[in-house]
Amino acid sequence: MKARPLSIFAILYLFVLYAPILLLPIFAFNDGTVIAFPLQGFTTEWFGLLLETPALHEATRNSLVIAVSVAVLATCLGLFAARAATRYRFPAKGGILGFIMLPLVLPEVIVAISLLVVLMQLGLDSGLWSIVLGHTLLCMPFSIAILQGSFSNMDQSLEEAAIDLGETPWSTFRLVTLPLVSPGIIASLLICFTISLDEFIIAFFLSGNAPTLPVYLWGQLRFPARLPMIMALGTILVVLSVVLLVIAETFRRRGLRRAGVKDAGGFL
Amino acid sequence: MNGLTRALRSEGGKGLIMVSPPLVYALLLLAAPLATIVLFSFWTQNFLTIDRTFTLANYAEALSDPLYRELMLRSLRISALVTLVTVVLAFPVAYFISFHVAPEKKSLWLFLITIPFWTSYLIRVFLWRVILAYDGPVNGSLIGLGLIDEPLSFILYNANAVVITLAHAFAPFAILPIFVSLEKIDRSLLEAARDLGESKTMTFLRVTLPLAMPGVLAAILIVSIPTVGDYVTPRLVGGSGGTMIANMIYAQIFDLNDRPMGATLAVLAMAIVALTLIWGIARLRFWLWLAEARGLWVAVGAALAEIVALRLFFLNGPAILGAPATVLSLLALATLGSVLIFWRVPKGRAGI
Repeated sequence: MKARPLSIFAILYLFVLYAPILLLPIFAFNDGTVIAFPLQGFTTEWFGLLLETPALHEATRNSLVIAVSVAVLATCLGLFAARAATRYRFPAKGGILGFIMLPLVLPEVIVAISLLVVLMQLGLDSGLWSIVLGHTLLCMPFSIAILQGSFSNMDQSLEEAAIDLGETPWSTFRLVTLPLVSPGIIASLLICFTISLDEFIIAFFLSGNAPTLPVYLWGQLRFPARLPMIMALGTILVVLSVVLLVIAETFRRRGLRRAGVKDAGGFL
Repeated sequence: MNGLTRALRSEGGKGLIMVSPPLVYALLLLAAPLATIVLFSFWTQNFLTIDRTFTLANYAEALSDPLYRELMLRSLRISALVTLVTVVLAFPVAYFISFHVAPEKKSLWLFLITIPFWTSYLIRVFLWRVILAYDGPVNGSLIGLGLIDEPLSFILYNANAVVITLAHAFAPFAILPIFVSLEKIDRSLLEAARDLGESKTMTFLRVTLPLAMPGVLAAILIVSIPTVGDYVTPRLVGGSGGTMIANMIYAQIFDLNDRPMGATLAVLAMAIVALTLIWGIARLRFWLWLAEARGLWVAVGAALAEIVALRLFFLNGPAILGAPATVLSLLALATLGSVLIFWRVPKGRAGI
């Protein structure tokens, strides 16, 4: 750490980046109904209130069902794309992969309204399944980015050796490839789960009368009296995401170690 | 049949089969819906029935109604500001991580920077409302320090608040691509520049910065496109002066029940962002080339003159030519200019 001003700037930057998340628990434990300073005193009342809100429980159940389905679906599709991207050369490769990665930069509003218009036009009621479809589209690029890392770090000669020793392509994949990329798969599952749990716009447009957790949260933001409870809920969500991310990062690093590669950076 | 099986067994065929499940998924759930809203934008709606005769009426209305135009321009302006703030603040941090952090600690820094991005977006935005509030911590500490006498009111419920909040939300998106391109720089090039007598600043300006440009460009794209279409931030912290195009798209579809108009605005927003970025890159290439060939001040003068001329044309055009004609002629001019630049001006040192 030679350059002093630069490191001070970086630390300040990190502090601002974390400012909202650091404030969250302060208000969650604050014994006052107004989300403002000065603080009133310590209470766990708002966390208790969470247990007594049935609508919240239903929204949580919806979100969990969606997030688990999305994680599995997006990771399965991501496996195909990542394997194709790292092992094969095929016509229009760049264009096809670029197109699949497009949701990464497209504004979510565009994805959401186009899906909604199609559903309305087909006369289908939107519901949990349509949110799953939308979220999978959104999570697939992240899954591909993570899995591509695992696949490209894997030594290809291991697969060739298995084939030479008489394994079929499928058993090679199951016995050799899958164990080697499994840390990447777990990381991808966790990341997709986290993204889906947090995603608001697509869920908001497509939820119909089955709200997810963020959609429920959005509805509550209008009622000032409910805000402390929302802060408590937010604290739990943030802690949950951080725990999931730390687990995902641990698996990603374990995968890198298993492949014998030096760590070059975080996700993406 | 024999030819087909052979084609499918070749490496290209196997690759295509392998990529087909995600590709088909993206075609069905992304390409088809996007095509549908483009189609919708040419239709109109009478109460509950969709009139499927092809018409440009929606586009004419979207381009001539001052409200839509104002929202569109504001969205572009906010997005441009957010991109500028994000990239300018992110560059030093990415530089710090790449050049001054010990290699084994780099991934920890990147992890720390990405964590806030993965936590609830809604709650982060809402907390900015708390932070920037009239009696919030920012005003509280500024008054406490004796810097101001009464709370600042220009930092909440307007476009400034939207810019601050979005710049915060998109920070990691800017840091990661810049970091990647900085990591790729061969450190011996910097030593060579120093050995050949360049000062530290000149080495940075003439070696590091041009080599980092691809990352900066990626950061610009990855921040500016999604921010144009943000819905949550304008709603929570924007007030009436910070409303953006996505809020209007939502209102058209859900409140006014005019889906074709919502589709039109969405298509227009995407087209305008894409075109603005292409024009921007073309202009940037031209100005950099001009700075190299004719000197820095000529380039700055040309850039300023062009911006002023465009602004005058945009402000006074509707009164003289009518709004749609102004927009269309501007479109045509900008596209023509960009094509000319991409065709004639070579790629500069910065890789733009």
